[in-house]
Amino acid sequence: MALAAALRRLAPVALGAFPRRTTAVTLGCGSRLAGTRRLSAGTQPLRSDNKVTIHFINRDGEKVTVKGSSGDTLLDVVINEDLDFDGFGACEGTLACSTCHLIFDEEVYKKLGRVTDEEMDMLDLAYGLTETSRLGCQICLTKSLDGMVARVPESVTDIRQSKDETA
Amino acid sequence: MRVRNAKLLFSELKLWTSGRSSWMNRLHDGVSRCGKASFSSCSPKVCVVGSGPAGFYTAQHLIKARQDAEVDILERLPVPFGLVRFGVAPDHPEVKNVINTFTQTAQHPRCSFYGNVNVGKDVSIGELQQAYHAVVLSYGAEGNRSMGVPGEDLPGVYSAKDFVGWYNGLPSCRELQPDLSCETAVILGQGNVALDVARVLLSPINILKNTDITQPALDSLAKSRIRRVLIVGRRGPVQVACTIKELREMVNLPGTTPEMVAADFQGVAEALKDLPRPRKRLTELMLKTALETPGEKEQERRSKASRVWGLRFFRSPIEVLSDPGHHKVAGIRLAVNRVEGSGEGARAVLTGKVEEVSCGLVISSIGYRSLPIDPLVPFDSHKAIIPNTVGRVHQAPGLYCSGWVKTGPTGVIATTMNNSFDTARSLVEDMDSGSLDVSSAKPGSQFITALLENRGVKPVTFSDWEKINSVEVRRGEVNGKPREKVLTVEEMLQLARA
Repeated sequence: MALAAALRRLAPVALGAFPRRTTAVTLGCGSRLAGTRRLSAGTQPLRSDNKVTIHFINRDGEKVTVKGSSGDTLLDVVINEDLDFDGFGACEGTLACSTCHLIFDEEVYKKLGRVTDEEMDMLDLAYGLTETSRLGCQICLTKSLDGMVARVPESVTDIRQSKDETA
Repeated sequence: MRVRNAKLLFSELKLWTSGRSSWMNRLHDGVSRCGKASFSSCSPKVCVVGSGPAGFYTAQHLIKARQDAEVDILERLPVPFGLVRFGVAPDHPEVKNVINTFTQTAQHPRCSFYGNVNVGKDVSIGELQQAYHAVVLSYGAEGNRSMGVPGEDLPGVYSAKDFVGWYNGLPSCRELQPDLSCETAVILGQGNVALDVARVLLSPINILKNTDITQPALDSLAKSRIRRVLIVGRRGPVQVACTIKELREMVNLPGTTPEMVAADFQGVAEALKDLPRPRKRLTELMLKTALETPGEKEQERRSKASRVWGLRFFRSPIEVLSDPGHHKVAGIRLAVNRVEGSGEGARAVLTGKVEEVSCGLVISSIGYRSLPIDPLVPFDSHKAIIPNTVGRVHQAPGLYCSGWVKTGPTGVIATTMNNSFDTARSLVEDMDSGSLDVSSAKPGSQFITALLENRGVKPVTFSDWEKINSVEVRRGEVNGKPREKVLTVEEMLQLARA
């Protein structure tokens, strides 16, 4: 299985297909704001008891089930698992965009911890903002989140807000 | 044949990850249509005009959604990335991370970058349409709305577009060298660009010196005597155009203190409860900054501040005033407005009252404006956009548009990303449905590069850009900056050809 995962990650690059963000570096948990950065992939222990199962619902409504490591952010998981969510994580986890917006069930949302003003500021620009919206780059995986469902919002043209440059 | 086998193996691998059926269908479509996945003479060829976020996000989606599509991106300058390089503020390096994804797109085997090609001058839209099945216009908004008031041509009056271009190293703005020897600057407009300019004018030089701001701009700002920046809007606090991130940055900007007019906020607290969450939080932050007595720590911080910023509401410019010799700006005359109606649609109405503010620098930040590119391309000169439906240009089959030329010059980068994906989706839909004919072979870049060669135009490829890039990064390292931008087209070309 480990070999399959490694192959899967290598495949797009090796075979000349679209190489998805192989250079991405995201903020890990504990360093919530831009400035300090670390590579989270590869630094986590590979023990299976640290694995957390996440069910993503993609923009087409399909369920994608993957495992992430405790301590990774949800954005790390999307990148590590090479999940194909268009445009997800454009600023690479530096709290400068809202493209890793995810929507949770209320019970899960309550377990996700405090939201900083800076995350709220970026969420305010997210499409399809809900009361239980968070940015994936700010959600740290813990064992208590095992089995959680995270929905990638659809991008729908007509509900978009536009931010005028003029007053 | 090798390519095809590789693609099929790739698709099998992808199957294990599941949940990508639509992606898979498109892949198979691509394979069955032409017999092989890419590099076929009958592959759909698309030309994207402009290499800013809109161009790159459109290309990214096209390459992914159609495994047989080949995309060429044309850019007027020798360097890519448009407003990510020349618009995004130097102290927002996080936003520039999108360049990593754009670079991967540019390095994709089915994508090519051609810089130093001026569409409309070196090559016409008609010629591009001969060479490609589809042309996507994503050339942005290079013009700006003018204030249309007397005195706006005086020395010391700049458009925010040029001022931003100056500190970001846009070659055409290199000569701007604004005079920063006055004490007060007035910025007209309250969007994010206005706040970027205010922040750059007031930031401690220590913050700027480790960014990719140009060295001449950094030197000028180090000597700047500007101590006070007023950011003026024609409507009220509830209509302010900036987003909360940029406002919070002003509130927290080291060495500065806010200076607001309490009267501007009359009735605002009462209106809060009916506002949607983003507008509500933005307004609350403004109210708190303007009206609340700060805590002890914040009071201490503010008392040490040597620079001041303030939002001014209900004011429209009516004349830029000059010094007695008419050599430069000495102030601005503002009409006092009231607002009729409520919310986003509220209108500014003149009260007849007028006031004057002394200042030595005026920056108008009242919006960018797209310009027409070619008589072949329909253009709505009132809205300053290319008329379109979800990116399909009206009455012009084979022409598409994305980014600011499609929507008007508003929105953050995620907005442009989504609208560019939408345009790419429209284009792929048209290919799939046959309403865009891609069955006949088109010559693509072969035709265009030959034509450019005849005209003495030598495009800059992406690997040429990487040479410029590595020189910039190396020069930056010396000064502890992420890069030191090359400031002239001549030097860019020289480095590209080294």
